[in-house]
Amino acid sequence: MSIVISVYVPRDSSALSLGAEKTAKVIAAEAAQRGIDINIVRNGSRGLFWLEPLVEVATAAGRVAYGPVQASDVAGLFDAGFLEGGEHPLKQGLTEEIPYLKNQERLTNARIGITDPVSLDDYLAHEGYRGLQNALQLAPAEIVKQVTDSGLRGRGGAAFPTGIKWNTVLNAQGEQKYIVCNADEGDSGTFSDRMIMEDDPFVLVEGMTIAGLAVGATKGYIYLRVEYPHAHKNLNAAIAAAEAAGYLGPDILGSGKAFDLEVRLGAGAYVCGEETSLLESLEGKRGLVRFKPPLPAIKGLFGQPTVINNVISLASVPIILDKGGEFYRDFGMGRSRGTLPIQLAGNIKRPGLIEKAFGVTLREILYDYGGGSASGRPIKAVQVGGPLGAFLPESQFDTPLDYEAFAAHWAVLGHGGIVAFDDTVDMSHMARYAMEFCAIESCGKCTPCRIGSTRGVEVMDDIIKGQDRTKNIALLRDLSDTMLNASLCALGGMTPFPVLSALNHFPGDFGESG
Amino acid sequence: MSQLVWDKNAVVGVIDGLKAKPGALLPILHGIQDALGYIPADSVPLIAAALNVSRAEVHGVITFYHYFRETPPGRHTVHICRAESCQSMNSKGLEAHAKAALGIDYHETTADGVFSLEPVYCLGNCACSPAISIDGETYGRVSPERFDEILTDVRAQA
Repeated sequence: MSIVISVYVPRDSSALSLGAEKTAKVIAAEAAQRGIDINIVRNGSRGLFWLEPLVEVATAAGRVAYGPVQASDVAGLFDAGFLEGGEHPLKQGLTEEIPYLKNQERLTNARIGITDPVSLDDYLAHEGYRGLQNALQLAPAEIVKQVTDSGLRGRGGAAFPTGIKWNTVLNAQGEQKYIVCNADEGDSGTFSDRMIMEDDPFVLVEGMTIAGLAVGATKGYIYLRVEYPHAHKNLNAAIAAAEAAGYLGPDILGSGKAFDLEVRLGAGAYVCGEETSLLESLEGKRGLVRFKPPLPAIKGLFGQPTVINNVISLASVPIILDKGGEFYRDFGMGRSRGTLPIQLAGNIKRPGLIEKAFGVTLREILYDYGGGSASGRPIKAVQVGGPLGAFLPESQFDTPLDYEAFAAHWAVLGHGGIVAFDDTVDMSHMARYAMEFCAIESCGKCTPCRIGSTRGVEVMDDIIKGQDRTKNIALLRDLSDTMLNASLCALGGMTPFPVLSALNHFPGDFGESG
Repeated sequence: MSQLVWDKNAVVGVIDGLKAKPGALLPILHGIQDALGYIPADSVPLIAAALNVSRAEVHGVITFYHYFRETPPGRHTVHICRAESCQSMNSKGLEAHAKAALGIDYHETTADGVFSLEPVYCLGNCACSPAISIDGETYGRVSPERFDEILTDVRAQA
């Protein structure tokens, strides 16, 4: 009897968007037709998106990668003996040896692309739930201390120390505390939350369970954007499997501690990624931003003490509790500790997920990993940190990815998304789009954002038309100043980042002498 | 379209199944839209009564969120990503092509009722820009030619 060979075809939605479903079906049909017994595993994505659909074959030497594999390539792969790692133009060698992947530090994303995302057995076989096992042996304050010692800062973009937030909730009084996961990943150029939820949902479930133990919360919600249906399905499957095996529920692994988890869907409002707007939405209301204070840690969901953290922050907790705060803290630079899942997107030859310790430079990411632009033209600008992040010109590409280094350039790392633009981009149009996006997504509660963004679009239209440019640029700066300083939340308050950085770094596109 | 026929029993079933949840309004609205494709105006008083809130509050929530719709969609809804990453890969050209190919603008439905067109601000498929989604399935690196092929496939399914 021969050994059944495992063939991995990703189920990640980006892989599916490039035809992975059809590839998997054709591989199954081709194997059946040739009378070969294979085991097709629908894994997550490794995050090497220029190679998707990336098909891997388990061999004695390790998993061998072929990509990008379209349905029409399948018969040729069988002919080339790919099930034994045979040579073929699409062969990429051992997956783990692909430099793009090999040179990363995958801590939070240790399992993505390797396991079947919804298999609890697979999760346990790859060091899953070791953090929770440790947490169950610790007092709540000791769990919080591990997270504080790790130096983890909020990966949603605000970079607030996670341990300090947890400590506030631990010490707050309330009848019912909550853990809320902000999975409303609306920033263009970002997909690391999506990948965690689709490709390793158990790590988020585990992280939230540990957070519950740490602060005394027994109920958790994942507020997921509706644009992520595959994440929704996989999260619900993971939650059901965790419940069935006693990792969630009234008595976690016989500890007497309870934690329940529920996924709630957003409905296409970008502003609901702002934490207080998200809480309003979870309560069944319009997503209007709340005044702070009170902080959500004191009065959050339904007026109760609430930890609200981004997906990546919570998904980084299991490895911190498994290997210790110091292990995690030893990665990174300055006050930016640990790793950041960088998402490289836009006009780039090799887009993908790059989890690196803080300190890697933009240039290394764009050229060593990304290989330059997809179009082959020079990269003119990159936007880092989503639609509210600044545009950086080539002269700033040596900036290390570090919260403080970016702040020094009046830029932000945000959620770690990097979008590259080649030299065909007109930055005045990008500035106009930033204002337009703010106008579309403003919750309307504060005037600078609600009115300012609409006025901003009008002023940008005049500038683009070349009407009273000097006067209108002065007006744009004045308007940006008002939005920056007087908006209630980051939507209105940070829209000036892309607008003014575009204007300051690329004055020529605004009709000014550069 | 004259009188819209809507399934009151389906709406009442969704409301009764979800009204006990804390913060039940969004789950109820999702449930109704999942069942009917939109949220009929006549369901608003039923939701308001079940949750003990005003009709204005329910209406306010429906209209606040871009995803909820008050009119029936076409048989297939095409979302085109308008965000920055897709723009860097010429989504504007794709957008113009799609509007011309379908003969409709955003928030409209083709006369034969087959396709509705909506903008979306990021599908999380930024590494494969430009991206669209049709009925929840995402497609990456969509050139105008690929757009036409995908639409032909989707039309054939219907």
